[in-house]
Amino acid sequence: MTDSTVRPRSFQEIILRLQAYWAGQGCAILQPYDMEVGAGTFHPATTLRSLGSQPWAAAYVQPSRRPTDGRYGENPNRLQHYYQYQVLIKPSPPDLQDLYLGSLAAIGIDAALHDIRFVEDDWESPTLGAWGLGWEVWCDGMEVSQFTYFQQVGGHDCHPVSGELTYGLERLAMYVLGVDHVMDMPFNDPGAPIPLSYGDVFRQTEEEYSRFNFDVADTTVLLRHFEEAEAECAAILGQEETDPKTAKRIVMAHPAYDQCIKASHIFNLLDARGVISVTERQAYIGRVRALARACADAFVRTGAGGQAA
Amino acid sequence: MPDLLIELFSEEIPARMQGKAADDLKRLMTDALVDAGLTYAGAAAFSTPRRLTLAVHGLLATSPTTREERKGPRVDAPDKAIEGFLRGAGVSRDALEIRDEKKGQVYFATITRPGRPAADIVAEELEKVIRNFPWPKSMRWGAGSLRWVRPLHSILCILTDDGGEAQVVEMELDGIRAGDVTRGHRFMAPEPFSVTSFEDYEAKLKRANVVLDAAERRAMIWQEATNQAFASGLEVVEDRGLLAEVAGLVEWPVVLMGRIDEDFLGLPPEVLQTSMKEHQKFFSVRNPKSGRIERFVTVANVETADHGATILAGNQKVLAARLSDAKFFWENDLRIVRERGLEGMAEGLRDVTFHNKLGSQADRVKRIAALAREIAPLVGADASLAEQAAQVAKADLESEMVGEFPELQGLMGRYYAKAAGLAPEVAAACEEHYKPLGPGDAVPAAPVSVAVALADKIDMLTGFWAIDEKPTGSKDPYALRRAALGVIRMVMEGDLRLPLDRFIDAQLLRQKIKLNRDEASDDEIDTLEEILDEIAHHGVFGAAFEAVLDRLHGRDRTPETGNGSLIHEVGAAMPDLSDDLLAFLHDRLKVHLRDEGLRHDVIDACLAMPNNDDLTLLVHRARALGDFLKTDDGENLLQGFKRANNILTQAEEKDGVEYSFGADDKFAETEEEKALFITLFEADVKIAEALKTEDFAGAMSAMAALRAPIDAFFDAVQVNVENAVIRRNRLNLLSRIRHICLQAADLTRVEG
Repeated sequence: MTDSTVRPRSFQEIILRLQAYWAGQGCAILQPYDMEVGAGTFHPATTLRSLGSQPWAAAYVQPSRRPTDGRYGENPNRLQHYYQYQVLIKPSPPDLQDLYLGSLAAIGIDAALHDIRFVEDDWESPTLGAWGLGWEVWCDGMEVSQFTYFQQVGGHDCHPVSGELTYGLERLAMYVLGVDHVMDMPFNDPGAPIPLSYGDVFRQTEEEYSRFNFDVADTTVLLRHFEEAEAECAAILGQEETDPKTAKRIVMAHPAYDQCIKASHIFNLLDARGVISVTERQAYIGRVRALARACADAFVRTGAGGQAA
Repeated sequence: MPDLLIELFSEEIPARMQGKAADDLKRLMTDALVDAGLTYAGAAAFSTPRRLTLAVHGLLATSPTTREERKGPRVDAPDKAIEGFLRGAGVSRDALEIRDEKKGQVYFATITRPGRPAADIVAEELEKVIRNFPWPKSMRWGAGSLRWVRPLHSILCILTDDGGEAQVVEMELDGIRAGDVTRGHRFMAPEPFSVTSFEDYEAKLKRANVVLDAAERRAMIWQEATNQAFASGLEVVEDRGLLAEVAGLVEWPVVLMGRIDEDFLGLPPEVLQTSMKEHQKFFSVRNPKSGRIERFVTVANVETADHGATILAGNQKVLAARLSDAKFFWENDLRIVRERGLEGMAEGLRDVTFHNKLGSQADRVKRIAALAREIAPLVGADASLAEQAAQVAKADLESEMVGEFPELQGLMGRYYAKAAGLAPEVAAACEEHYKPLGPGDAVPAAPVSVAVALADKIDMLTGFWAIDEKPTGSKDPYALRRAALGVIRMVMEGDLRLPLDRFIDAQLLRQKIKLNRDEASDDEIDTLEEILDEIAHHGVFGAAFEAVLDRLHGRDRTPETGNGSLIHEVGAAMPDLSDDLLAFLHDRLKVHLRDEGLRHDVIDACLAMPNNDDLTLLVHRARALGDFLKTDDGENLLQGFKRANNILTQAEEKDGVEYSFGADDKFAETEEEKALFITLFEADVKIAEALKTEDFAGAMSAMAALRAPIDAFFDAVQVNVENAVIRRNRLNLLSRIRHICLQAADLTRVEG
């Protein structure tokens, strides 16, 4: 185990320490989902696995994209591409708050010196048809994590309840490392033969994607992709549950959910392009939610969703 | 007599829920105990972020034993009946008593319910209270089914007897066993400890860095904050809501005062205050000499070895990041208004949907500006200034600052209008046109602000009336009742004389034009706009509509106006919509005046009079009538009027004619009748004069002078006499009374 009394020196060290810490707590350390998502919650390891009766414990880094937050790499705190660290444990253990505080200690936040608070913040995802109760966790007045007990996902009541922790990695790391501009943050160890800053890795991509997201992404194509993803999702879920080739019962919840993820990201891009009006916005969110619900309905009919084969 | 101590220890309870939850715990638990026979001497409830606590002292140790006597069947009743009685009463046959009654010998049972120990009752009732606790939002956790506001970790429940001996109340709830153990501060004293009484509990908690009483935490915070500010010659900006919230976020308040970087001191104080409060829950600290916000106070939940230096540094850093955002917004916004004016900033409103049917915010602004211009002369405002103010009043919705802090809308408009070099009246209207925001909020007084505020609200009302989205029952999503009350209060408090009909009609027609612009032909839109222009001259839609329709006959290119045409439809729909909206305003006015003590029938009597869209006239009339009816003269005149009116109405119904003309004093027979003729003539003149100057009190007192002659007339004269000429003449005389009495208000609508 890393010695938590030594302060971390880089962004990646903070990630590595979190991985080691949660591995030590018995979580499966998963890898990021291989699709564009707006937040770690979209990873099927959270959205789908929080459903049904099967126990679950997973932690992973999830690269996340919020096209509207792009600032061409100039804003010290805002990025259109950033990392979330996500932990999901089902059923939520009774000492989840203590486990969480342990993770802060592991990355060098000493509770005897800092002011750590759990401030009411109920979580709701209209696109996922999900909500939960919990807090935003403050460290010296800064929000460093979201802490949520899922109550409903995809329109289904959660039984048992999952505890979800989401860390905004850049912000947390900047605070721990004492950096004022995200682009100045050491990505690998500053003493490495080739020290790289966050800016070395991401400044150019932030610029490129900011321009693309705001001004170039082809809205006609995006609108068509949205419709296609929607149709594909319905088509997948419309298949017979019994596969004619293998004669096995195979409910394709995950492939369908991929289409839901796609639709959600395309919606975010359209939003960043400013082509969605206030009233249309609600309608699009409702359409994505309908997909998420259908996928959740499908997942609870699978083995992983707790239904006996 | 034992004392009871209960503590429900959980993960962090939202600050806003703590106070009510403590009160609920006390009320529900003590009510339940009393219902179960356990009375007590006193009770107090407390809350911290992690616990709800109830202390009850002087509780009965056992509930009293009760005896109930129950009458059963007769001794010779069938066995089945007697067995049923025994089962119901829960006694054995040999415990029954036989008494002689009139009908014969009857069984009696005495049911004794022995008192129960307090512990049993507490365990039972506490479980019920926990399971049914009225949290605004509750949740499940883990694999359990219990609901609480956040996961419930432990229950402390003890009864302490007079000797100080504590007994744990045996109970278990979804795996949580009640005990005598609690914990202190999450970080400063996390070890569990047991307690024997409330006093012991409170003292040990304090040693474990927990201040149990929220009021005490509030007092500590406020005193320490003001002391620190005072020591630097500064003062804390009072904010009770924030104080209560902050006291609900800490168990061990540690007040720290920090500096705001010089860079940010140029921001408007409201921006600093809002940003610090909303994002950081900081108190603002002001320099009393300059009025500037120069520092902040934050309240931490922990004492540290470095005396809060790390915490304060962290908070300052977070604040600096927040304020750089705010400063960035402020500077960007200022740059835009200096380069392109507030109108330039407002351009973006074209792309903001106000409502999918009613168009964009820019459409709305255009309508408001047109109406503000029309209203302006009647409220003493310059028409061009009012129009200009309306055009820029919503511009700040497009500012980055308001995008970040929506609660600063209007206020930022004022700052930006000033920066754009606009007239002070315009800047003031940017802020004040939203007013009044509620029944407690002041109405604007400056004429330009009033013109824009009225136009804004009338546009809201007519818009949602035009698309038939009126408030129903408890549903009023667009706050139209508030808008209506705003109009009423501005008119009343400003003593404004406004023909509301004209403005409602004009704005309704503007809404109709907008709603049909895409579908309609140019000719149709031109015609509707021509009608709109005419409303200003004719005062109401109907006359304007007729005038324009007449004019169309002489033209070559005219739109379709027959059945089914747009023009026809608009012409048919407008009057009802307009009446309905005015009736809505009248309803709100009634509610408002009822609070002033005016009876609904008095208001109805005045609503029935002409020009009831002039709310000031209406209110003057209603107040005069209300006052008049409180006097003996008023009451008697009302009775005299009703008597005359009843006789007249009956005769009119019977004869099938209306007696409205031609009473002639030459047919007067008696002195009383002649006197009445003279009095009526005199009163008529006086009343007409008084009404000309809207002196309703004067008119009504002139009517009161009719009381004696009317009474004398009825005493001396019979109306329905054989002689048809005399009868008709007398009925016509009554008709004159009716006519005179109805000039100031419709007395037929007054009850009693």
